Amino acid sequence: MAAHIEVHDAHGHIHHPALQHHFDNMEQQKEAVSIGMWFFLVQEIMFFGGMFLVYLLFRSKFPMAFAVGSNHLNMWLGLLNTIVLIVSSLTMAMAVWSAQTSKRNLQIIFIIATMFLGSVFLGVKAYEYYDKYESNLIPFSNTFRWEPEGEHLIEERKMIDEHAAPNSVEREMVANNYYQFGNKVRIFFWIYFAMTGLHALHMIIGLGIMLWLLYGAIRNRFSSEYYAPVEISGLYWHFVDIVWIFLFPLLYLLGRHFLE
Amino acid sequence: MQENLVINNTQNLPVYPKLNYLNNGHTVSSWLLTKDHKRIAILYLLSVSVFFMLGGIYAGLIRLELLTPKGDLVESGTYNKLFTHHGILMIFFFLIPSIPAVLGNFLIPIMIGAKDLAFPRINLLSWYLYIAGASFTLWALIQGGVDTGWTFYTPYSTTFSNTYVIATGLGIFINGFSSILTGLNFIVTIHTMRAPGMTWFRLPLFVWAHYATSLVMVLGTPVLAITLLLLVVERVGRVGIFDPALGGDPILFQHLFWFYSHPAVYIMVLPGMGVVSELIANFSRKRIFGYTFIAFSSIAIAVFGFLVWGHHMFASGQSPYAGLVFSFLSMVVAVPSAIKVFNWTATLYKGSISYDTPMLYGLFFIGLFLIGGLTGLFLGAMGLDVHLTDTYFVVAHFHYVMVGGAVLAYLGGLHYWWPKMFGRMYSEFWSKLSAMIIFIGFNLTFFPQFILGYMGMPRRYHAYPEEFQVFNIFSTAGASVLAVGLFLPLFYLTYSLIRGKAAGDNPWLLPGLEWRTTSPPPTENFIETPIVTWEAYEFGEESGLYDEETHHKSEVKPVSLFDQN
Repeated sequence: MAAHIEVHDAHGHIHHPALQHHFDNMEQQKEAVSIGMWFFLVQEIMFFGGMFLVYLLFRSKFPMAFAVGSNHLNMWLGLLNTIVLIVSSLTMAMAVWSAQTSKRNLQIIFIIATMFLGSVFLGVKAYEYYDKYESNLIPFSNTFRWEPEGEHLIEERKMIDEHAAPNSVEREMVANNYYQFGNKVRIFFWIYFAMTGLHALHMIIGLGIMLWLLYGAIRNRFSSEYYAPVEISGLYWHFVDIVWIFLFPLLYLLGRHFLE
Repeated sequence: MQENLVINNTQNLPVYPKLNYLNNGHTVSSWLLTKDHKRIAILYLLSVSVFFMLGGIYAGLIRLELLTPKGDLVESGTYNKLFTHHGILMIFFFLIPSIPAVLGNFLIPIMIGAKDLAFPRINLLSWYLYIAGASFTLWALIQGGVDTGWTFYTPYSTTFSNTYVIATGLGIFINGFSSILTGLNFIVTIHTMRAPGMTWFRLPLFVWAHYATSLVMVLGTPVLAITLLLLVVERVGRVGIFDPALGGDPILFQHLFWFYSHPAVYIMVLPGMGVVSELIANFSRKRIFGYTFIAFSSIAIAVFGFLVWGHHMFASGQSPYAGLVFSFLSMVVAVPSAIKVFNWTATLYKGSISYDTPMLYGLFFIGLFLIGGLTGLFLGAMGLDVHLTDTYFVVAHFHYVMVGGAVLAYLGGLHYWWPKMFGRMYSEFWSKLSAMIIFIGFNLTFFPQFILGYMGMPRRYHAYPEEFQVFNIFSTAGASVLAVGLFLPLFYLTYSLIRGKAAGDNPWLLPGLEWRTTSPPPTENFIETPIVTWEAYEFGEESGLYDEETHHKSEVKPVSLFDQN
């Protein structure tokens, strides 16, 4: 969306330097880019929608395994990230407002603040991923190892260990069940990594867009006459935010209490 | 300004404009870095033609193998790869981009009176994504290919196949974004770039059809993208989303896959219906019957198309109650398709029909789509489908829709707008001959397959019992005829670029906006932004399209190779 500099049209009218040659006027250009962004976000909903369907299906199939998986996630870090993102949406909205009211310096400050909060989010996320790696909870690795933690599961296992004869069919079945249960927890972690990973990828792209906005803001490109790029980037940022608002309860919170 | 728009070439001989989008820059980079939607359309035209030919070669090999009951030409494993490659190339790299990315790209801005699509750079990007995805897939095919069928059913594709599933999947994944971006561009363009006076209900039905198609592209393709991503990661990481041995659900894959791939059928055929609406109305020289019904039936097909995917899964273990609902909804989606067919037929009634080559394709489409659509109802009826699932009946059905429908519409559209795209007229004789050959060859190839399927011949096997041979011989013979018919345009269309006569701005004498600019159009499409004061398909006395005395199009006759000096 970089400006194609064309100051005069065939009639010698003065045009805004950001007006691209195939649009008649700035209003048409702004309408086009915002409709474009809205439809792009619809596309994004369908993209994430596939993952949400997968989540829904497996959650209803294996509620226990999902509860166990949720208990391995750090709820407080998730909460921190949720707050960080909500605040970043506020700073983003302020950046859009500063562009609309032609306040260059405020714009720069708010874009930097948004970038800072986005980076904090990604930092916390990276720490969480590292923590999962340390605890051998990376689902597509051969070292994935899940140990039952909930007390009643431990109880159950103890009971079986005490009562079933060694090498009995029953014991084998139980071992098999644990293996299968482990696979179900693994599915939870795969969904966790796929959904948060996809979300993090969108955050990284968002930070790239912010960098581009920052460059434009420093060069004073955006004003009350031309702020569509800031506005549609804001739409994108809020969308990525909203995805997280859904991810946090679904992955971190739902079903935790089963085991507490 | 109005004078610029009035068509006055009934008196003048056709001329070739000095300045047009084709001679605006001759360097390689003026093509590869172009933002002109018309040049991007030409890039697509060249690339989809290559993939059509490749897919055709695979089809030829399949038919050759099936000539005899024994598997004597290729082994079963190779045969699996042949039909997989045929399906993947034809569906993802030819049928889906063909009409939208070539004809839609070229014509939508011109038809609505815009200078370009809303996002020219994104348009170019989508061509590069197409090329990247296609190269990825081609690389995988050259390395050894895939044998899962174009449907990639799990757990075979995730666990058991030893072929290049990952690379192919990623190729299709990348290509999907090309499709999404094209759809996005069309939607925004149609919403915001219409010329003054070009209201929604003055849009040509071609544009309406593309609007509906774009909705499907934007809503459906991301689901395929995420599905393929899940497939690839499962294959790499052995996590059990789809693998039942690890707790996963193989039917989930089928649901996700068909959630895109059934609407994808409408991505392929809706633009074709748009082309045919143009052909039928314009070559009957009559306002199309039931304009609003056809326009909204496109939207209805796009919407209902999303609710019928389960009819691909009647025999998969899906709940019979779900099957019942999907079966019912599949009957419902037939209604808007039938509305179109009835309206086209009603348009022909008392029309002043001329049998130019594009119109031949238009008429073929109606007949073949009718057969394809009605046999689709057989398959949508759950009880009958249990008998016909995975037989040649299914193969024949979707080829009647995809080839008899989408490909013939593409060829019809290409012949119809060829003089606009290149300013040259092709040989009337050869083009009509090739259209007839294609029609005969197509029916000879695929009609016997209905009978084979009904007799119980399963699809995707390289050997079959001897009693099926006679129909397979018919089918293979038909495929050879079809191949001849499809090769002819390659020659006479190319020849027309070198030696064809100048077509003139409006060779068919039609009122559409695309016929009111030069052929080929200038880079900006129109010298001045047109102001639209007429309805779509307005063939009145006042349109100035008729010779005053004969009330018949005269003067500009289609030019044959043989009447050149």
